[in-house]
Amino acid sequence: MSEAHARIDTLVEQIAAGDRRLLARTASAIERVEPRVDELSDALYRAGGRGHVVGITGPPGAGKSTLVDALISEWRERDQRVAVLAIDPSSPLTGGATLGDRYRMMRHHADQGVFIRSMANRGLPGGLAPTTIDLVQLLDVAGFDIILVETVGVGQSETAIAALAETTVLVQVPGTGDGLQALKAGILELGDLLVVTKGDLPGARDLRGELRAMLALDPETGKRRPPVILTSARSGTGIVETVDGIAEHRAWLAVSGTGEQRRVTQGRSAILSMVGALVARRMGPGADDGLVLRVAARELSPREAARQIVDD
Amino acid sequence: MTTPNEQGSGARTTPIRILVAKPGLDGHDRGARVLVRAFRDAGFEVIYTGLFQTPEMIASAALDEDVDVVGLSILSGAHMALFPRIMAELKSRGVDDVLVVAGGTIPLEDIPEIERLGVDRVFGPGTRLDEIVGYIRERAPRRDALLPE
Repeated sequence: MSEAHARIDTLVEQIAAGDRRLLARTASAIERVEPRVDELSDALYRAGGRGHVVGITGPPGAGKSTLVDALISEWRERDQRVAVLAIDPSSPLTGGATLGDRYRMMRHHADQGVFIRSMANRGLPGGLAPTTIDLVQLLDVAGFDIILVETVGVGQSETAIAALAETTVLVQVPGTGDGLQALKAGILELGDLLVVTKGDLPGARDLRGELRAMLALDPETGKRRPPVILTSARSGTGIVETVDGIAEHRAWLAVSGTGEQRRVTQGRSAILSMVGALVARRMGPGADDGLVLRVAARELSPREAARQIVDD
Repeated sequence: MTTPNEQGSGARTTPIRILVAKPGLDGHDRGARVLVRAFRDAGFEVIYTGLFQTPEMIASAALDEDVDVVGLSILSGAHMALFPRIMAELKSRGVDDVLVVAGGTIPLEDIPEIERLGVDRVFGPGTRLDEIVGYIRERAPRRDALLPE
């Protein structure tokens, strides 16, 4: 084994042993995409696989961070160690970002069993950041029982979280549309749990009813129906039920065999996106300029150029 | 005045990460919000932790977020009580290579003592935003690679 490999293995061991400063530093090294980061990611992947990866997604301002804050407290009551990756959008104009999710979770600051890290999505579409998947592995190896990924505020079709999380919690908020919205395709189909936040607002109960009615229309019998839970951060309603629901979903994944299928599907999608990333890295800025210029001059179609790169 | 770690070399490949915090008990964060916006527009990734932050809260956020810069905004007059504690809490967590800057209503005669604590620079009322942004851009530490070559 090379010296670099041995040092990466030592780093992984130190993180697993609970070195918090090193954990934070390693997260930065991954976000910076340091030259040796691939070997680190490989080592983390091999060492991980224990924590429950939970996604929280939903529209901007729906109360995702406030819900996460309440969920952390409930998990801590149950002696679960919780890590949070909270993702906010980068500016398409300047690359800067306001990472404001942590603001809602500050009360957990003194708790060594809680680790919160803010990430900018660095322009990646889909609701996650380019290195979210690697940071999830890192936190898993660091021994957190729950690894919560709070996506960018999403619209209808940002579904990347479902390819990463074991359990996806879809947050919906009252006052954003009528019953027809609940029938639409897209992210609504991917929630393993549906949570209606701001349950004290008018329309919250109606929305829960519409979502339940939508789920009941599924013609397949014997299928698991995602629970629809009404929460209110103001009163604490629904938080225990949500944490129970997330644990029950994991148990169901194991018992039904769905978890195994899902790991296969997610493995396939992870490989595909990695192939895309490797090709993009090989193309690099300037690397395949000859091909690019020929495409620009319409001598080659983009598909022909892509074939040449892939067949190389 | 301390000099932040400058041994890292080469151009910055990722945005500067900065924590903007309001220590103490004054309830006005208009200035802090203006700064958050200015830093965002300058291409920084800004973590805003809000009002009424204790030194422990600021230091633990700086640790977990592994920021390059900590910006403290204070209007209450309690800076001489809070800044030493913030610097001590950062140090006790091993966060010893961040650039710390401060702003707000801080009397000129307090500045030398604050800078002795390790706060790199104190910006007074009326400082231009581009001056603050430019200062941070120039002085934010460039980190050496963590992973082996």
